Amino acid sequence: MRLRTDGGGRVDRSRSLRFRFDGREYQGIAGDTLASALLANGVHLMGRSFKYHRPRGVLAAGAEEPNALVTVIRDDARSTPNLRATQVELYDGLVAESQNRWPSLERDLQRLNDVLSAFFPAGFYYKTFMWPRRAWKALYEPFIRRAAGLGRAPTRPDPDRYAQTYAHCEVLVVGAGPAGLAAARAAAATGARVILCDEQNEFGGSLLADRAARIDGMSAAAWAEAVVGELAANPAVTLLPRTTAFGYFPHNFLGLAQRLTDHLPSPVPGAARERLWQVRARAVVLATGAIERPLVFPGNDRPGILLAGAAQTYLNRYGVRVGERVVVVTATDAAYQAALDLKERGVDVAVIADVRARAEGPLVAAARAAGLSVLPSATVVGTDGDLRVSAITLGTVAADGSVRVGERIACDTVLMSGGFTPSVHLFSQSRGKLAWNDALRAFIPERSAESERSAGACRGVFDLAAALADGASAGQAAAAESGAAVAPSTRASLVEAASRSDEAVLGALPHPPGPVHKAFVDFQHDVTTRDLALAAREGFQSIEHVKRFTTTGMATDQGKTSNLNALAIVAGELGKSIPEVGLTTFRMPYTPTTFGSFAGLSRGALFDPVRTTPMHAWAEAHGAVFENVGLWKRARYYPRGGEDMHAAVARECRAVREGCGLFDASTLGKIEVVGADAAQFLERLYVNAWSGLAPGRARYGILCRDDGFIYDDGVIARLAKDRFHVTTTTGGAPRVLAMMEDYRQTEWPELEVWLTSTTEQWAVIAVQGPNARRVLEPLVEGVDLSPAALPHMGVATGRILNVPMRLFRVSFTGELGFEVNVPAGHGAAVWEAIYAAGQTHGITPYGTETMHVLRAEKGYIIVGQDTDGTVTPDDAGLSWAIGKSKPDFLGKRSLARASMRAPERKQLVGLRTRDPRLLLEEGAQIAERPGQTPPMQLLGHVTSSYASSVLGHSIALGLVAAGRARTGQTLYVPMPGGDVEVTVVSPVFYDPEGKRLNG
Amino acid sequence: MLLIPCPHCGPRPELEFSYGGEAHIARPRQPAELDDAAWANFLYTRRNTKGAHAERWRHARGCGRFFNVLRDTTSDKILTSYPVGAPRPDPRAADSAAPESAR
Repeated sequence: MRLRTDGGGRVDRSRSLRFRFDGREYQGIAGDTLASALLANGVHLMGRSFKYHRPRGVLAAGAEEPNALVTVIRDDARSTPNLRATQVELYDGLVAESQNRWPSLERDLQRLNDVLSAFFPAGFYYKTFMWPRRAWKALYEPFIRRAAGLGRAPTRPDPDRYAQTYAHCEVLVVGAGPAGLAAARAAAATGARVILCDEQNEFGGSLLADRAARIDGMSAAAWAEAVVGELAANPAVTLLPRTTAFGYFPHNFLGLAQRLTDHLPSPVPGAARERLWQVRARAVVLATGAIERPLVFPGNDRPGILLAGAAQTYLNRYGVRVGERVVVVTATDAAYQAALDLKERGVDVAVIADVRARAEGPLVAAARAAGLSVLPSATVVGTDGDLRVSAITLGTVAADGSVRVGERIACDTVLMSGGFTPSVHLFSQSRGKLAWNDALRAFIPERSAESERSAGACRGVFDLAAALADGASAGQAAAAESGAAVAPSTRASLVEAASRSDEAVLGALPHPPGPVHKAFVDFQHDVTTRDLALAAREGFQSIEHVKRFTTTGMATDQGKTSNLNALAIVAGELGKSIPEVGLTTFRMPYTPTTFGSFAGLSRGALFDPVRTTPMHAWAEAHGAVFENVGLWKRARYYPRGGEDMHAAVARECRAVREGCGLFDASTLGKIEVVGADAAQFLERLYVNAWSGLAPGRARYGILCRDDGFIYDDGVIARLAKDRFHVTTTTGGAPRVLAMMEDYRQTEWPELEVWLTSTTEQWAVIAVQGPNARRVLEPLVEGVDLSPAALPHMGVATGRILNVPMRLFRVSFTGELGFEVNVPAGHGAAVWEAIYAAGQTHGITPYGTETMHVLRAEKGYIIVGQDTDGTVTPDDAGLSWAIGKSKPDFLGKRSLARASMRAPERKQLVGLRTRDPRLLLEEGAQIAERPGQTPPMQLLGHVTSSYASSVLGHSIALGLVAAGRARTGQTLYVPMPGGDVEVTVVSPVFYDPEGKRLNG
Repeated sequence: MLLIPCPHCGPRPELEFSYGGEAHIARPRQPAELDDAAWANFLYTRRNTKGAHAERWRHARGCGRFFNVLRDTTSDKILTSYPVGAPRPDPRAADSAAPESAR
């Protein structure tokens, strides 16, 4: 391994690791990333670009990497696409594959796109793949998606566990580079609880790759180790390595994604793969550093061309020389240090091409003194090479701006440094205000929106000594703000490091007249200077629109290396200043975050709670087919002997109409309304009159909102003068209680009334059918079931099987019916006893599907099915329920509006098809005239539709404009197979006189 | 996720609360006396404030009580919270009384 240095760095040369990349075996060493290990093997080619499929090498050494995206494969269920090779920690046996190429990285057939790139400018897809319209879904989109794919997600379920935790602290420090370590140390010194997180495996950030600087007499890396050791010994400090702060939410709430096992040779059984930290911090210090910018010149994307700082990191942290003959192109002093480090490690540095007119300062002098050749006023005319850069052609820029083409220099590596972009992602997510700093050529934090401070390079403080001081003062101030009592005493660190200028360039380098080819701005999305210029020519003025048209900054790297260059180029094209053009919005996550960490344990059975009734086990044992109603599992039907739903429902319906049915109604919402003003309270809420309702009687109640539309319904029983048992729809229980609480607390606090949810306290067993009384009579004690003593809508309390009971004589079937309410714990036993007692009367358990058919035969509505939030009580045919003499109730004023009483409103009607076997589709539209083509004149729609075995024909309910006046009319339901003729009828299909109900 | 100061329980995460819309819109005592426009205004017209906004929250997964919050809609900063029935505080006074001040 000729490219590995003999010593130094944060790697362990005694532990070698084997790994495979694209099927080929390589060796790395402990401490490597996949990128550093490949570079040590001389491999720069790590990916293909998204659009043109150009060969791409690694550009960076950290999270900002746009090119080297790989899929890491552990097994057939554990493959993770789009990982940055620069962040993948190497382990023995690691298997990784490159992406976006076929058949191989070296020979990619879609390279043709690059040759034809003149035909694929920005916006090409939008303009070309438009017609015929129908081809988009079938042809264009699948093709483009395949061609432009970014890795593939595994198809098998994720076998890993993901943990989630909450944490609170006084000071959260994001980033453990020089400023972050200084901040954490200063904050911890006050005794505050501190959390320090960093996305890398080791704390230290840039210090780990800085061989020149000395802090407090130590090497930079040794100083970092010492501070980390000090923090680790403090029990109030939590250190979170491999933890990315990906999102900054209001009120100092941050999301941190901690990777726990991805760096290990195999997943740890039982251990979580990742942990999501949800941290609420009193104060936050952002020390997120800065990202070096590439330079924009023709052919700047060939493998072997990378950032100078990255080369320095590979050399000093990983002990890897990125090449043997290097040309450095720079606008910063920082790249000189990289060149000096490389030269010291035996790399041939051919020339330092400085794009600045005046190359001077301590580092430039040091480079010259070390014998490095420096070319000022330089630019790049082009590069050569296919799978690796082989030469670079430099030029010089004259005082008038003209470019003279210079010499072509053979090299295997080009290092570039355009300047440093402060990482303001989290600051911007927190809604802090950025300001353009002309001296730094950067946007930096101006005003925080939260209790937050940015420190160090992320706010443009690039100098090491200044960053350490900035971090320390931010840490101290954050601790003080969060109430730290102890007066902090932090001494300044003594730093020895060469001073650097903050100079930088933005946008494209000067070039000779004529078109510029392949000067890439956004490497991952293949956006060139030409694309950005085209966007400006096509009239895009806003940077947000340019972004969407060219897709610059929209790749998985979110433009970390490219956004500022793109902005400068667009500003130039538009003739505006950079702050006038403005930045695009930063959104979470900072780097891609797994869905697993968000889902945590909320998967499978734990995804949503399941609510079951006390009789659930019995229903299961009796073969019920269940349906989900909200979170509830409800028995839908009880098939016997291979029956399908249709046959089972037909049998269950006949059983209820002819004998007796048994139904689990426990899911109905139940609210106990108690107090001296309980009746008055209901009077104000529900449309009905309640004060006159005698104890022992019940009434069907309708609840509207103040807009006059039906919100919920249910039977309300008066048990005593001051006590009501209110039932709601199954799905409506929580919102009805919340609405009641709202009025009770905020509008009518003077009323003496208390509300208690009793939904889960009562098991409700509906016994329905002509034999219902005969079934129950022998079982109940203390209640006279005779029609005179307990008429329809009568309520009584007593006992059944020695269990306390509230017995309602109510019917949602149109038959003689009772609802037995018993404490939930007794539900199953009482149900089984009733079932046993009913055997001689043909008792049959029935499910929700049968319940639906029976209620529709009677024209009883289901709120939410036959109503949709625009239906008044009168629309639903329920104006009889309204207490007309009441001065007020919710909705009364709205119902008085003329339009709410208009005769052309949609009203609930019954619909009969001419063909009795034909079943209308729920949701189907209803038209006045047959044979229309769209756009049609429509009158309404079908809300409920069932086959009625009892009646021998299909039945339907619908909302139809001026529906009741159309009784007897023929209307048409347009369907794909033609119009279906229907007759408008009364919604009550069965026993319209209600004789059976009162039996 | 907001940190909402329930006047009865102290600061709690937003997860525990449900939102109740704009505060200080009392239901008219005699709705019948309002004309259609005034009634529609009560039902539907809301301020959509930029800046200090008085709004209702309910500590639904806590004490169950409704209360009011003065929140700056541009920054989500909560200036103060106060019980139902109390008058709307002056946002400037509330701001200076806020426990946490940004730098």
